[in-house]
Amino acid sequence: MRFLLLILLILPIGAAAESVVLGLSRDRINITANFDGSEILVFGAVKREVPISDEEPLEVIVTVAGPSTPVVVRRKDKRYGIWVNNAAVEVDAAPSFYAVATSGPLEDVLLRVEDLRHKITTTRAIRSVGAPDNIRDSSKFTDALIRVRQQNGLYQLLEGVVSFDQQTLFNTSIRLPANLTEGGYTTRIFLTRGGAVVSDYEATIFVGKVGLERWLYALSRAQPMVYGIMSITIAVLAGWGASAAFRLLRHS
Amino acid sequence: MQIYLPIAEVSVNAFLLLGLGGLVGILSGMFGVGGGFLITPLLFFVGIPPAVAVATSANQIVASSFSGVLAHFQRKTVDLKMGTVTLCGGLVGAALGVFAFNYLKSIGQVDLMVRLCYVLFLGIVGALMFVESLNALRRTRKAATSGRPTPTKRNKHNWVHALPFKMRFRTSGLYISVIPPLLVGLTVGVLAAVMGVGGGFIMVPAMIYILGMPTKVVIGTSLFQIIFVAAFTTMLHATTNYTVDVVLALLLLIGGVIGAQFGTQIGLRMKAEQLRVLLALLVLLVCFKLALDLLIEPHELYSLTPLEPR
Repeated sequence: MRFLLLILLILPIGAAAESVVLGLSRDRINITANFDGSEILVFGAVKREVPISDEEPLEVIVTVAGPSTPVVVRRKDKRYGIWVNNAAVEVDAAPSFYAVATSGPLEDVLLRVEDLRHKITTTRAIRSVGAPDNIRDSSKFTDALIRVRQQNGLYQLLEGVVSFDQQTLFNTSIRLPANLTEGGYTTRIFLTRGGAVVSDYEATIFVGKVGLERWLYALSRAQPMVYGIMSITIAVLAGWGASAAFRLLRHS
Repeated sequence: MQIYLPIAEVSVNAFLLLGLGGLVGILSGMFGVGGGFLITPLLFFVGIPPAVAVATSANQIVASSFSGVLAHFQRKTVDLKMGTVTLCGGLVGAALGVFAFNYLKSIGQVDLMVRLCYVLFLGIVGALMFVESLNALRRTRKAATSGRPTPTKRNKHNWVHALPFKMRFRTSGLYISVIPPLLVGLTVGVLAAVMGVGGGFIMVPAMIYILGMPTKVVIGTSLFQIIFVAAFTTMLHATTNYTVDVVLALLLLIGGVIGAQFGTQIGLRMKAEQLRVLLALLVLLVCFKLALDLLIEPHELYSLTPLEPR
């Protein structure tokens, strides 16, 4: 595993004359009781073995992807006068969060073939092997998945927000919403020239609950019986407490 | 003030949740309903995942019912014997209900079934109660203007009184068979588990119209029974689906228990018939809203259900 990682780190430097040096504002996001979303700052520089070329300018694409899970997408149809879930398509893997930030309009900075190879745009980041035979318009289901998650701020396309100075220093910030899934968030940086990827780099940010949030979550999974009894006890005590408090108030 | 809920995994305004809890608490204290049929849709509305909303409101119902029942104990308006009998039926019913729920889940239409159950039962119960209580109001008004009291026809002799295994329920002033209360408890238990509510909105009218209990006793007794059914449901959700969010429950119940105390005070100052008209209107309103959601074309036809990673 470590060996593989080493190769991945060496590879871009060996393969290209221009490579990415990356900094992240943080490598861990803690979900605390007052967590209300977070912002990560992605910044870095282009390391060069050759002088800045005069041909087409270098562009930067930053992607942040949350953990992928299968998602069932259901569509409602009118049956017997009411709207009910009817057709369903299971998307094999869709990231729980996905943001793409670029230094220019996406069609200018990325070729279709490169997108296919590196799976950069949201449509490519979702893996859908196939729908059941009776569903002809399965692409509508993946479109719906993207649309719904875009509306919730989970999928973001941020064209032209990466600032890129002197073809060397770049930075951008990506807003993570409050309804984050726990896990590793993969951050990828692509350098492109004329739409072709010349270098890429990958780093992971961990998002996890801490403190009381972590403890409660762990208890609910590891000791559901204890957790259930605790919940009921709290409820009964609160009920009794309120009743007692009101009695005191009325008598005083 | 935003607060992150550990099980629901969303960030919500804490005061909004306190307010929701308080509002439902007032209604719960006034009418003797657990408020589950109100709080669950309200939680959907503020963005809590449905599974968490259903399980957590069961926990919240325990608190508001407990607070409410203590207030009724002081006024001796709880028929413990009747409560225990309906509870026995209720627990068996809840277990059956969970079984039915899991079956519906396996065939994939649980959302629709729950919604249809809501519309159907809220509609029937609401309409019956509304008509009956309006008639009762008209009767008392007529009696007041004509100056002579009309005899109220409670304890009507119907099929309920013809059954065996009779038992005396002193607080309710009834001498009836245990079979109807057991069946009422059972039915409400099944519905409560399937619909994720305490079942007070069915229990209260059933006690009044089928068992013939006096309204004042019905509320306390229903609350008493609901505590245990809701606690049982909470345990089932916590151990099978891990969807009880204790932080969410705590915020709701702080608002709820305070609201329930005020609600009980308001309820005791109002006439029984007025209470029933108001409860009927409330039930019909929720029913109407849920029916509209089924009938009107939804804004977004597609819905997402993330699965556990494989």
